[in-house]
Amino acid sequence: MTMEEKMGGSNGEDGSKDRFPVGMRVLAVDDDPICLKVLENLLRKCQYHVSTTNQAITALKMLRENRNRYDMVISDVNMPDMDGFKLLELVGLEMDLPVIMLSAHSDTKLVMKGITHGACDYLLKPVRIEELKNIWQHVVRRKKPDSKDQINPPNQDKARRGTGEAGQTSTSSSDQKVNKKRKDQSEDEEEEGEDNEHENEDPSTQKKPRVVWSVELHRKFVAAVNQLGLDKAVPKKILDLMNVEGLTRENVASHLQKYRLYLKRLSSVATQQANMVAVLGSKDPSYLRMGSLDGFGDFRTLTGPGRLSSASLSSYQPGGMFGRLNSSAALSLRGISPRVIQPGHSQTLNNSINGLGNIQPAVLPSNQNQNGTLFQGIPTSIELNQLSQNKSTNHFGEFNRDNDPNVFGVATNFQDARVTVGSSSNSLSTASGNPLLLQANTQQTQYSGAFGNHSSLGVTSLNQESFDMDVCGSSNFLDHGRRNENWQGTVQPSNFSSSSLSTSEVFSCEQLPTNNLQENISWTRSHLSNSPIDLSSSMANSVRLEDSRGDVPSQVGLNNNVIQNIDYTAKQQWGDRRHNYNENLNHSFSRVDSLVSASGSMMDRSNALSTKATDVSLFSQLSSDAPYVFQHPEGEKSAFDTKLRSNEDFLFEQTKPHNGFSQNNFESLEDLMSSMIKPEQNNETPLIEGEFGFDAYTLGSCM
Amino acid sequence: MEKNPMRRQLAIMRQALFDQGYLDEQFIQLEELQDDANPNFVEEVVTSYYRDSARLILKIEQALERKPFDFNKLDGYMHQFKGSSSSIGAKKVKAESTLFREHCNSGNGEGCVRAFQQLKQEYATLKKKLEAYFQLARQAGPMETACRPK
Repeated sequence: MTMEEKMGGSNGEDGSKDRFPVGMRVLAVDDDPICLKVLENLLRKCQYHVSTTNQAITALKMLRENRNRYDMVISDVNMPDMDGFKLLELVGLEMDLPVIMLSAHSDTKLVMKGITHGACDYLLKPVRIEELKNIWQHVVRRKKPDSKDQINPPNQDKARRGTGEAGQTSTSSSDQKVNKKRKDQSEDEEEEGEDNEHENEDPSTQKKPRVVWSVELHRKFVAAVNQLGLDKAVPKKILDLMNVEGLTRENVASHLQKYRLYLKRLSSVATQQANMVAVLGSKDPSYLRMGSLDGFGDFRTLTGPGRLSSASLSSYQPGGMFGRLNSSAALSLRGISPRVIQPGHSQTLNNSINGLGNIQPAVLPSNQNQNGTLFQGIPTSIELNQLSQNKSTNHFGEFNRDNDPNVFGVATNFQDARVTVGSSSNSLSTASGNPLLLQANTQQTQYSGAFGNHSSLGVTSLNQESFDMDVCGSSNFLDHGRRNENWQGTVQPSNFSSSSLSTSEVFSCEQLPTNNLQENISWTRSHLSNSPIDLSSSMANSVRLEDSRGDVPSQVGLNNNVIQNIDYTAKQQWGDRRHNYNENLNHSFSRVDSLVSASGSMMDRSNALSTKATDVSLFSQLSSDAPYVFQHPEGEKSAFDTKLRSNEDFLFEQTKPHNGFSQNNFESLEDLMSSMIKPEQNNETPLIEGEFGFDAYTLGSCM
Repeated sequence: MEKNPMRRQLAIMRQALFDQGYLDEQFIQLEELQDDANPNFVEEVVTSYYRDSARLILKIEQALERKPFDFNKLDGYMHQFKGSSSSIGAKKVKAESTLFREHCNSGNGEGCVRAFQQLKQEYATLKKKLEAYFQLARQAGPMETACRPK
């Protein structure tokens, strides 16, 4: 079999450019040594350069070490340490590498799943060499969106139509987009399609250098998307809004695609589990941090509710992560969520809040259902469906509402705080996360699992930016069952390369309020009106954050579900996060409510401050109560608790100086938040990144 | 010269394995992968297969001893087993594993047990046949190099 160098051979594949596809670098992952060996030899026969590993985690590590070392990944679906689909998502989001799935199953559902998760292709075992001879086309497609028209046009057209894009027949705009569209069949791609068309005119990129979506960049991206509204977010406009030099529409388009996918995934995830934990585990330490932080943060909040059910603690961990995510991702997401949440945007918020209100009912069920869709906030993708609630609102803007449900749902189940985490992760999510947490507490298991899984997926992929990933991760974490584990994994999502985060973030924020799903939901709803963070609203409904900043502090005691407080995340990312926490705290929902309300009002403030305060209060509450499940899925709880405490302290301290926000409670929260958010790197407290969310919670709990 | 009959015998044996349905085209793929760089590839793969799948078989056996049956776990093991078996082209074994999984899916414990017995039999039969095959191949092989053309 001669791999003729097609397409001009030197498509610039890193590594054997000139003789491509000869020498294409493939990473093969399969836990079955026989299959792996055979596959390796088959690939060698095709003149590819092959690396193998029988563990998904190892594979991820290898990929992360050097993105440019591989051109493609082939992975088995059933692996013990991590679900192949999860790996698929992570790789797709983080590294943007084509991934081919392998399985001995030819179940249509599985194939569909592979496609929706972004696989380039799905092969059945035993793999034949003829099939492997052509896999290089997937690499080419991705790299040369425009110039590869020849290959793609037909595909693209098909894809376009297939995806049902509204007449996007932008053929050739980007092969990858097209492909993705096809695979994703997501409506999201529409925009991309349009964009693609535009891009057609763009210089057919000859293999543009890969853009790294840093947290900052992702944040801008998320902010831009938020501003435009997910539905209307067109790459061109996003690009303009972002105003980043050197960024092309194409980059944005593909990132948007992923983001959408991520969101969608979040909503439907619910089932992803534990893998995420695994993923997270392997993930960067940042995640861990996040996780820990998140957990911590969550814990704090959770602690309030404390009750979160042990599971929640662990689950919360992810929440913590979310917090972190929020910080980083949150920042970006925040953009999204804050928007929504911001009181200024109250409309959105209100909507969201309303949504939340609506969601509440929905959310609640979700909790039960385990709608991992923590991300409710993650409107588009997450499809709250899981929650069976309003999922529809998934949109970003809406996410507050809908998201929450998911988030909540998750949270509830979560107990693990994951939910919150997920939501909070994205800073936005925090908000949502919280609700979830709260919810989770109640439900706990249900959602977290579902959600958690989901989120983790997304989250992990995010890697990059630790954004909200946490959040996302949290969502994933939500896997109820896994909660603890998931968190870990989910935390990783924070790494999402930002793409995931955004989504998660988005969700989280919104979701937060809803998370409280059960109680929160209702509460958050009321709360939401202020800011998406309604989480708190759900918490205590009574709490009604609406500008009751003052109330908040007092309320704090109400809901452990800091969630409420968290709601205000809108502003500050952390607010969201916090919510998440709060929400997650479900246990402490009651407290949270109070806090939430406080936070709710805070949210209105549009200052994270308020949220902060609430969060803080919540946290305090939470911390007191809830065993901060958040973070320690593994059992790091103890550490976490300590962390929480410290965080709380930290938060409090921080809050004060930072924001100068008069609200004491709020201030602290805000300060914390701000401190958290800003430093991302390390603001004083490790929490900051993810913790951000925590702080909020802790704040709340502290109070 | 002597090897001709041996080679011929080897070819007949090989063909019989295909005709009788023990092996399928995947086995041919493996053979194609064998070359100078990998002279014993097929045998290596088959040997690894028997080594690894033995563990799986054991796990399944143990799982079948625990009542009630954990169908999910059984299905998982069998899925993996099926994957490996199909990678080497073990046709009958693969068919039996498919059957086993069907029983698992329908929660038919009895069916599972029966299918498993069948599967073990096929598995053992194939193993013997392949061992004989490789032995012959080894004899035929080295003989080839050892025999200097006269």
